[in-house]
Amino acid sequence: MKKIIEGSMAVAEAIRVCRPHVISAYPITPQTHIVENLSQFVADGKLKSEFVNVESEFGAASVVLGASATGARTFSCTTSQGLLLMLEVLYNIAGLRFPVVIVVANRAVSAPINIWCDHQDAVTARDTGWIQLWAEDNQEVYDMCLQAYRIGENPEVSLPVMVNFDGFILTHAFEPVELIEQKDADKFLPPYKPVQYLTTKNPLTFGLLVDPEYYTETRYRLQKAMEDSKKVIEDVAFEFKKKFGRYSGGLVEKYRLDDAETAVISMGSVTGTIKDVVDNFRDEGKNVGVLKIRTLRPFPKEAIYSALKDVKNIIVMEKSISLGLEGVLSTEIKGCFYGKENQPKISGFIVGLGGRDISKDSVRKTILKAEKELVEAEFVDLKYELIGGKLL
Amino acid sequence: MAKPEGVVAKPGSSKEYKTGSWRTEKPVFKQDKCTDCRICVMVCPDGVIFGSDKKYYADLDYCKGCGICVEECPVDDIEMVVEVR
Repeated sequence: MKKIIEGSMAVAEAIRVCRPHVISAYPITPQTHIVENLSQFVADGKLKSEFVNVESEFGAASVVLGASATGARTFSCTTSQGLLLMLEVLYNIAGLRFPVVIVVANRAVSAPINIWCDHQDAVTARDTGWIQLWAEDNQEVYDMCLQAYRIGENPEVSLPVMVNFDGFILTHAFEPVELIEQKDADKFLPPYKPVQYLTTKNPLTFGLLVDPEYYTETRYRLQKAMEDSKKVIEDVAFEFKKKFGRYSGGLVEKYRLDDAETAVISMGSVTGTIKDVVDNFRDEGKNVGVLKIRTLRPFPKEAIYSALKDVKNIIVMEKSISLGLEGVLSTEIKGCFYGKENQPKISGFIVGLGGRDISKDSVRKTILKAEKELVEAEFVDLKYELIGGKLL
Repeated sequence: MAKPEGVVAKPGSSKEYKTGSWRTEKPVFKQDKCTDCRICVMVCPDGVIFGSDKKYYADLDYCKGCGICVEECPVDDIEMVVEVR
């Protein structure tokens, strides 16, 4: 059934049919509507979950950690400073191998305080051992929520999954979304069967002190599980497509990349704008395409290399920066080509920080510039009058 | 992760980990002026001081040598001694 709903409602509707036993979250803009909708579902009896109100995001993450330890399916949702406050617990959830799912309504981080979209929050959490999926539109985030539980709860994976979609740009945008009936969702996502959980019948100790004799191996196994999850992420996306007709997950999405000489790489909603610009270029006879990163962790370096090995120019446009170097994605894309023949020119641009709009005109100029010269960590649409009239 | 990992699957296994190796000084109970007040037993953070009738001792398999018993003994009947291994 197709309905025109807000992005936040799309996430709430997706989580409703996933039937989490426990939801815990703390309200923070622009995530608020998601948890308001979910608590309404619980109050109205449309969703049989325990909704735990907490004093902070640290509390919310700790509640879903504990609930997941008992074998419950769990959900939380946050953004920006809230995600940063969860950070310590995020490492714990991954280390304990609990398949918690959280949705992040991506937002800039303080200071200065800013409630609008960029990707710095989740990119900061990329080393926590969480699988990270990134959605371009509301249909994609809806579909990814269902897939997230299937991926994380796969016994061979047993990892938490973070589903990312752009704050305000998507959370507050109304779009048509194809909704899945409960009975079909149940067929795709059966009840969670945990490999290990807290029960008096078989007492286990979780999260114990591990000395130098064992710690390295726990990290090795996490790394291996991450690597192995790439195949599961793709398998789940294919199975979803077989059931519901949409390939809305997986590792990357290729758009008009056949015979492309220039490829633009991005994540999230800005990809839509870039696709429009690419369509215009194609009409003019220019061979430009787009590679959208759907999975940032595990990083799909093989898929990226195979999609872009014949491209001459790569342009990375990203909404976050590793201060003191460049955009994280730029560095990682360069890594995909290390030691390979025919190295493409790889330029990196920082766009859309703190919710600044990215126009088709800016994208167009950026692509034309990067085709001529190599650019590193250039801030697009920088207002010179605010920084003293010239580049610093 | 097809089977459990990263967990302790049987109770009481911390006893197998002998923390006495962390120690550089050990408490020596002189058993001279002891008044049977049992303060040493109560303040030991690891709960490894045992005994009765003015004869107390630390289980050196687990005593980490923190010296709290020495500090708290009201009659100075315990002393820390550097251990040579």
